Amino acid sequence: MNSQLTNLQSKPPRSPDRKGRQVSTKGLYQRAVKQAFLKLDPRVQLRNPVMFLVWIGTIVTALVTINPNLFGNATDKNPMVFNGLITLILLFTLLFANFAEAVAEGRGKAQADSLRATKSDSIARKLSPDGSIQDVSSTELRKGDLIKVIAGDVIPADGEVTQGLASVDESAITGESAPVLKQPGTDIASSVTGGTRILSDELVIRVTADPGKGFIDRMIALVEGAERSKTPNEIALTVLLAVLTQVFLIVIATMLPIAQYAKAPVSIAVLIALLVALIPTTIGGLLSAIGIAGMDRVAQFNVIATSGRAVEACGDISTLILDKTGTITLGNRLAEEFIPVNGHSLKELAQVALNASIFDETPEGKSIVILAEKLGASLTVDRSTATGIEFSARTRMSGTDLPNNIEVRKGAVDAVKGFVRSRSGQIPDELDAKYESVSRLGGTPLAVCQDNDIYGVIYLKDIIKPGIKERFGQLRRMGIRTVMLTGDNRITASVIAAEAGVDDFVAEATPEDKIEVIRAEQAKGKLVAMTGDGTNDAPALAQANVGVAMNSGTQAAKEAANMVDLDSDPTKLIDIVTIGKQLLITRGALTTFSIANDIAKYFAIIPAIFAGAGIGQLNVMGLASMQSAVLSALIYNALIIPALIPLALKGVKFRPLTANQLLSRNILVYGLGGIIAPFIAIKIIDIAVTAVGLA
Amino acid sequence: MLQGWIQIALILVTVIILTPLLGKYIARVFLHETTFLDPIFGPIDRAIMRTIGIHEAEGMSGWQYVQAVLISNIVMGIAVFSILFLQPILPFNPNQVGGLTWDLVLHTTISFLTNTDQQHYSGETTLSYGSQVFALGFLMFTSAATGLAVGIAFIRGLTGRSLGNFYQDLTQSITRILLPISFVGTLLLIASGIPETWAGTAQVTTLEGATQAIARGPVAHFEMIKQLGENGGGFFGINSAHPFENSNGLTNFIETVAMVAIPSSLIYTYGIFMGNLRQAWLVYGIVLAFFIPLVVMTAWGEFQGNGQVNTLLGSMAPNLEGKEIRFGWSLSSLWAIATTATMCGAVNAMHDSLMPIGGFSTLLNMFLQIVWGGQGTGTAYLFIFLILAVFLTGLMVGRTPEFLGRKIEKAEVVLASVILLIHPIAILIPTAITLLLPENLTGISNPGFHGLSQVVYEYTSAAANNGSGFQGLGNGTIWWNLTTSVAMLLGRYVPIVALILLADGMQRKQPVPMTDGTLRTDTGLFTGVTGVVILILGVLTFLPVLALGPIAEAFQLSSGL
Repeated sequence: MNSQLTNLQSKPPRSPDRKGRQVSTKGLYQRAVKQAFLKLDPRVQLRNPVMFLVWIGTIVTALVTINPNLFGNATDKNPMVFNGLITLILLFTLLFANFAEAVAEGRGKAQADSLRATKSDSIARKLSPDGSIQDVSSTELRKGDLIKVIAGDVIPADGEVTQGLASVDESAITGESAPVLKQPGTDIASSVTGGTRILSDELVIRVTADPGKGFIDRMIALVEGAERSKTPNEIALTVLLAVLTQVFLIVIATMLPIAQYAKAPVSIAVLIALLVALIPTTIGGLLSAIGIAGMDRVAQFNVIATSGRAVEACGDISTLILDKTGTITLGNRLAEEFIPVNGHSLKELAQVALNASIFDETPEGKSIVILAEKLGASLTVDRSTATGIEFSARTRMSGTDLPNNIEVRKGAVDAVKGFVRSRSGQIPDELDAKYESVSRLGGTPLAVCQDNDIYGVIYLKDIIKPGIKERFGQLRRMGIRTVMLTGDNRITASVIAAEAGVDDFVAEATPEDKIEVIRAEQAKGKLVAMTGDGTNDAPALAQANVGVAMNSGTQAAKEAANMVDLDSDPTKLIDIVTIGKQLLITRGALTTFSIANDIAKYFAIIPAIFAGAGIGQLNVMGLASMQSAVLSALIYNALIIPALIPLALKGVKFRPLTANQLLSRNILVYGLGGIIAPFIAIKIIDIAVTAVGLA
Repeated sequence: MLQGWIQIALILVTVIILTPLLGKYIARVFLHETTFLDPIFGPIDRAIMRTIGIHEAEGMSGWQYVQAVLISNIVMGIAVFSILFLQPILPFNPNQVGGLTWDLVLHTTISFLTNTDQQHYSGETTLSYGSQVFALGFLMFTSAATGLAVGIAFIRGLTGRSLGNFYQDLTQSITRILLPISFVGTLLLIASGIPETWAGTAQVTTLEGATQAIARGPVAHFEMIKQLGENGGGFFGINSAHPFENSNGLTNFIETVAMVAIPSSLIYTYGIFMGNLRQAWLVYGIVLAFFIPLVVMTAWGEFQGNGQVNTLLGSMAPNLEGKEIRFGWSLSSLWAIATTATMCGAVNAMHDSLMPIGGFSTLLNMFLQIVWGGQGTGTAYLFIFLILAVFLTGLMVGRTPEFLGRKIEKAEVVLASVILLIHPIAILIPTAITLLLPENLTGISNPGFHGLSQVVYEYTSAAANNGSGFQGLGNGTIWWNLTTSVAMLLGRYVPIVALILLADGMQRKQPVPMTDGTLRTDTGLFTGVTGVVILILGVLTFLPVLALGPIAEAFQLSSGL
């Protein structure tokens, strides 16, 4: 899954069993080129102070190309050609920056289009209060309306199932091809999403979102960038870049009289060239592309964030709150061992356990049957003569009533003890010891009895997801604490916690405990992320700094969360955190690179333009002439933008390291690299510029 | 030559040894722990506070603190302006010096109020003893104390404490730090031969029978607070080059150490407030990493002397133009760097006569304002650069940037940017305008690259609140008085307001606990990164003027033109 982080959209879907949204990039670049020109509109440029200054500079250099003596006598040789070249390079600088943004936006749009394809206006069967059915357009549906859908229909709006039982194909949204069973009442299975298709039977649905406000609509608006507002960190960075731009504007503007006084006059075009080279155009041109690409990466991961702010917050998460089941362990526990008590043999226990599980359709029940059969037990009774007793939260047991009034039960040890006592049976002393030994292994113990005789304990083993321990190790290195929440008893929880390598756990937890844990962490100043799906998770999802709801979850959970995982995979929370970090690292790396570049640009241009002041010896790079030095620095400045577009869109590769390791690494690459690279590149461009006779 | 380097090393080692001692003491004062001076000054403090109507020193919010700073400074400014303006009719004027022009009074008032002490006059002939002691001497204490109070409020806010009470901080800066040290220092200076007298100018008959007027006055105490408070405004026109301000090696030692002592120690004080002395010493390392090379470069330049003069002499000789022989090339170079680094601005040699490399170094110090930096504010600026470095590079660890456990967000970036922006505005814009107006160019004694340095130096010294000068510039005109006044005001109060508001905002933030994912700022790597950020943000801005000023002059000299 991790490798997915660096995947481009156009690559094939991540695994053969998932359909993943295919997004067409056909024509993306042509459209981006066109957009790059359209974005030259000053109203668009005004949004980005750095690039706006380049825009003004381009106009001024264009003017001095037409009339080199516009602002006093031109001092450069061939001023029209030279100024024309500067104008051209500045124009390309603008176009490259626009192109970067357009490509990022184009990708988002492609993503949105593929989502929009799932959503078309359809005719909905609206149920009137009197029970009659009325055909209306799906756009006329309002929150609270009741609609009926039958097999083959596309569900016209988000809603809650109130009647019926049907299977629904949600692959359009989740990429998961297996149909999902929907029925009223149950938390998770009762919510349906507009745009999905009902495959069998029929449902009555209460609409929960007005048209255009549905889940998919929000998603489309976000990936398209239509609702993208700058994130807090992006705003702060824009402020700093604007200030740096202002500082250099003052430096350049005052240089005219100062250079004049020092008898080393410089032309307007050269000053503008120097200004553009010094202001942080690289990061200024790529900043919005980085932000859009970050949102897009989240979307590619089949996660929908409600705001860029939420994605950015992911990077700051210091505590992850994870449900044990489904996140840390595979959802299903499997029978691992039978431990007989009371002098019963293993085979006897297996037989009773089998009998108690013949009507149990849960994966646990099935695994008990398989294990029992392996131990030689076999079905001895006719199913039709027996009655299944379903598990309930009250009895915490399930089992079978066999003919001749024989009752076999399995369930929580306490519950079975009570059952046996009520039938005046004896509780064997060894039971507690066996039960604890199972707990100590991290398993869930189930007691098995027939009438008033306890036969033994079934050890249900929790299977920890493969690789999860390494993931937690990575998180720990990144300074992120993991807290596991589980309904298991303390002993079981502690064993699983140790085995999975989480930092802390809360045993016998209720969903309400989640919010307490979150508040406690937040009180310590930590930012908390969690996943949830049930309605009773909603307050905790809202309280968490990053709340990820499962798409299979209830509407209430999805409303409260700031992200929704379309694949309903709670483990993804870890990936989301790394995406957030990656976004911030990319922004930081390109900022550092951009500012570090100034050193080389200064050393290229200052000695060249002030050669008249006798400081030519500072031309350490040995650039051919003043004109070639200025042009080379400017060409470098323009070309570095498209050169970095792939990095801006893909993001800097994220490694799970400590902050200090990350800093050393990235400083080396983007800081030191940013100082050295332009020296080499400008020198090479200078050689090329001189060779083709541009200057 | 070796002797010269040993002199420099001795002073530097003394400063470093003093740093933790004085730093701890300053921290005790401002953490309101008991000090041995409490029995003496406790009642005085309380009496002062009661007089200005404060019975209980309550913590102030950011705006309250800003208000307190500005109002108290305006009141003090008006008082001093009045004294200087009315000098001819006021007492303590044994030498009967006359009145000053309004623009000079304004410039002098603002200059001392802002801890700049740029002087467009010669003290001994322009000002009465009363004006020197009661107007300027008073501001020397209060302006230094204002800076110190702001510096302390800043670190209080950064470390999540209440900013404190400005009036209490101002009072205690004087009664616990400036006054006691000045008292001891003054006695030492008097013992070393510096005069302290109310008697007027002495008329003496020389051996040749001529009559000579020898200026004197209450110099010793004035000299001490001038150095200790990083004021720099000399009693005499030629400042600490005058034998009555700085007579010998011992007085020079005391005065150099006094100049650096507080800003150096304040870094240690910050370490105590942060509970992280390692961070403090690393920041100290940044300062030394700038300071020592600048001293060495300058001293080396002076020791080598002027190549063209040496050719005429036919031998190697240090550049002693504008220097006192009793200090020589080494102590003059060290002082030149220390005085521009600390924003003291006192001089014991004429900076105009420094070799270009010295001009470069002194200018660079004032561009950066963090190589120790001004009283209180210098250390705060250092931390502003740390904050900017965290903001620029901190993202690279994958978290939104935080410093000392507090997030750096838009408000902090805006305020830090204001500090970054105001310096080039206050220096480059008036420089450019001055050069555009031909009538100003006549004051430049040495047209060309050096003349450019003279103009840039004047505004840089004003904006950085340093006060030293490239003395060749004829700066006693209305133009210079008014424009440098604006530069001094901008360079002083805009950053102070920004510092306080920034600290106030940081203090209100919920601290984020430290984890392995937190960028540690107390590492060698991050310290190095900060150094580079300082170079890029602080130096590159001024590289063009440096290139056309001292750098071009250096190439001109070496090419023998």
